[in-house]
Amino acid sequence: MHAGIIFLLVIIGSVLFHIFTPWYWTDIASNWGGMDDTITLTFWVGGGVFVAVCLFMIYCVFRYQHKEDRRAEYKPEDKKLEKILTWATTLGVCALLAPGLIIWNQYVNVPKNAIEVDVMAWQWGWQYRLPGADGKLGTTQVRNIADNNPFGINPDDPFGKDDIMVESDVINLENNRPVKILLRSVDVLHNWYVPQFRAKMDAVPGTVTFYWFEPNKVGEYEVLCAEYCGVGHYAMRGGVEVQDKVDYEVWLSEQETFEQLSARYEKLNVDGNKLAKK
Amino acid sequence: MSDEYDNNKSYQAQSSEVIDGSAGSVNPDIDYVRPAEVGEQDLYHGHSFIEKWVFCQDAKVIGVQYFLTAVFTGIVGLILSWLMRLQLGFPGLAGFMTAEHYYQFVTMHGMIMVVYFLTALFLGGFGNYLIPLMVGARDMVFPYVNMLSFWMFFVAVAVLMASFFVPGGPTGAGWTLYPPQTILEGTPGSGMGILLMLISLSLFVIGFTMGGLNYMITILQARTRGMTLMRMPLTVWGIFTATVLAMLAFPALLVSAIMMTLDKVLQTSFFMPTILKAGEVLEYGGGSPILFQHLFWFFGHPEVYIVALPAFGIVSDLISVHARKNIFGYRMMVWAIVGIGGLSFFVWAHHMYVSGMNPWFGFFFATTTLIIAVPTAMKVYNWILTLWRGNIRINTVMLWCLGFIVTFVNGGITGIFLGNVSVDVPLSDTYFVIAHFHMVMGIAPLMVIMGAVYHWFPLVAGKMLHEGLGKWHFWITFLGAYSIYFPMHYLGFIGVPRRYFEMYDSPYMTSAVGMNEFISIAAFIVGAAQFILVFNIIKTLKTGKKAEQNPWKANSLEWYTSTVPPEHGNFGERLPVVHRWPYDFSVPGAKDDFIPQTTAPSEVIHTEVEKT
Repeated sequence: MHAGIIFLLVIIGSVLFHIFTPWYWTDIASNWGGMDDTITLTFWVGGGVFVAVCLFMIYCVFRYQHKEDRRAEYKPEDKKLEKILTWATTLGVCALLAPGLIIWNQYVNVPKNAIEVDVMAWQWGWQYRLPGADGKLGTTQVRNIADNNPFGINPDDPFGKDDIMVESDVINLENNRPVKILLRSVDVLHNWYVPQFRAKMDAVPGTVTFYWFEPNKVGEYEVLCAEYCGVGHYAMRGGVEVQDKVDYEVWLSEQETFEQLSARYEKLNVDGNKLAKK
Repeated sequence: MSDEYDNNKSYQAQSSEVIDGSAGSVNPDIDYVRPAEVGEQDLYHGHSFIEKWVFCQDAKVIGVQYFLTAVFTGIVGLILSWLMRLQLGFPGLAGFMTAEHYYQFVTMHGMIMVVYFLTALFLGGFGNYLIPLMVGARDMVFPYVNMLSFWMFFVAVAVLMASFFVPGGPTGAGWTLYPPQTILEGTPGSGMGILLMLISLSLFVIGFTMGGLNYMITILQARTRGMTLMRMPLTVWGIFTATVLAMLAFPALLVSAIMMTLDKVLQTSFFMPTILKAGEVLEYGGGSPILFQHLFWFFGHPEVYIVALPAFGIVSDLISVHARKNIFGYRMMVWAIVGIGGLSFFVWAHHMYVSGMNPWFGFFFATTTLIIAVPTAMKVYNWILTLWRGNIRINTVMLWCLGFIVTFVNGGITGIFLGNVSVDVPLSDTYFVIAHFHMVMGIAPLMVIMGAVYHWFPLVAGKMLHEGLGKWHFWITFLGAYSIYFPMHYLGFIGVPRRYFEMYDSPYMTSAVGMNEFISIAAFIVGAAQFILVFNIIKTLKTGKKAEQNPWKANSLEWYTSTVPPEHGNFGERLPVVHRWPYDFSVPGAKDDFIPQTTAPSEVIHTEVEKT
């Protein structure tokens, strides 16, 4: 008797906790509202099944408690009931899978007008590169990375010359414009994750991975590393600032291109050599 | 050996038994059971203490050895989880806790609990003890290899534990051991620690293969007369299918461990691309970190079912016995176990939706993953339909089963979130995942283990565990564990990532502080409550009530041994002959509410029993 009541309280408590929880997702700031909707749908269907199964179990515990003079029913199989349950479950599963796949299809197909951002991860930090006026990022190689070439851009790639180097662990993005995040890592796995954008993907050394989103709320956001990357993992933070078009363009014009950076280093080098000669 | 092996003699003995058994019945044919085709196995009985209790070839002793060793590792894993929760709930309280230590504890906790505790306990522990008894064999078919299996496992555990004491400490790479960080500086224990981990895993797989061959072949070849496959208890079906999975999945772990060892020791580049560390390019190039993930999860996902399927099987038997009702839809249950086992090899990359593998894989793996939900749901329905119109004893064993149903359904539903590719994107690598897999493959199987301990303790020790203590143990564990993992899902919704030593002060993370404190306190209590069982066992062994034979009035063969606890050889002079499935409970017209598997049809001729 007590057992049934305690189990019942657990189920009621779970439902109440879900309704009144102060812990829930952060306000969404990207186009991936469909992910939230699918989660809500899964909550309704899945939560419904959970409550139904547990209530049925609790009912049985109350109703069919052991009595010496009673016998249980003897019925090894019920083909019809099993068939109904199989098909009902299959249907429910399809209803959840379909929206999931539809949204995944959007997730893997990047819109044509998306601006590409090269996010380069290392133990333990982030740096960012944007395409220049030509709209294309230059190709890169880990072996090229040096003080005067922090992204390892191939020096003979013409597309690389005007690439914009962001000298900060905060990247600015234009509001309401889709972004294709191109992820790279020079050492181990990382994952560039902003909870408010919902989206994420691992950065894998040796390859370039991608995902996309469209920020739709101006503001500052914290970037977290979401793939364990060694002892500094928890401290590997960065930032995103979503700005309106005007502010964004001002910020963009203040950034240095690869050409400018190379020139600056050359000058430093020349000056250094002069000093050494003196 | 051949001198003790007289095929002819035992063959005759058994065929004459058929005639004896049917004497006096109405129709001699209805009791007919095909005679044995091969003679009985001869057993090596130990003569000294060492042969009887240390290097013993009796599967029951080996089962207990596996059980105790696994429990020892489980206690280590439990203490590690306390230390982790101490840091998460009350950061800075333990002065010695550095990020290095934290990650080492996380890693060792995960690996110990999944492989060295759960897998060894279910297959090595319950498998060894129950398989020969339940299928009516005198022992495993290769007793000597079986003994080696345990000692190989023992050495694997010793090597694993040794890694706590080497320079640099144990590996802190996370239990998934993803390269490249696993073997690079920047991850704790990337020197000796990871090497010992890889060696220990390899030894485990070798030892497990020896045991696994035994479980499979014993079930396929050494069943007693009349024990058809479709008359086997679901416990045996669960362990059998899990063993087949393990035999196919563990090689993937073994090769990835070997390849990673080579990457570490000989600077090969199986998993290592060009890497820039501290301004220098390392001597690696061309390897693929994602290849490791595919290999790891090709092992790792079936591994989930290697733990879950024995639990499914055992809980089915416990529910049936204590609800005094046949398991509902036995054939469906068998095919669900086999189907889940087969499907579990086609879903591995659902752990890798955001790993950077080709995103088009997502469609395939989301579909296969959600298909697996159907047979799993059928099992859940059949458990609760077994309770329906039953005659349910609400004892400690049944409480653990009910606790299993609640936690398993809860964890199964959250699995549908994570399996459904685009829903997984915001939730993966957050505390939602931690909550999900602890609920479904931590707490739920643990509930079954506990239920099984209370159920079979009278057989193993001949004494009844104390019911009152058992109920306290259950309620504290169930309510405590549920209040750890149910709210933890919501931390994942906020976006709190897993494997964070410290949360810092992001607004959505500070809101989690209170909950983290609560979860930690609950974890301390639940962990401590497990010692109620230890106390209960010690007390029972000293002063407990002696168990009668077959105290639960069950039908399966392990309760019909010649002595309790069963001696080496299990069944005395003659092996039992099986006439029915183990689920003939509450048959209309029968004198008792159970008919043992050994009861011949002619003895229950007036009952409405269905042919099985």
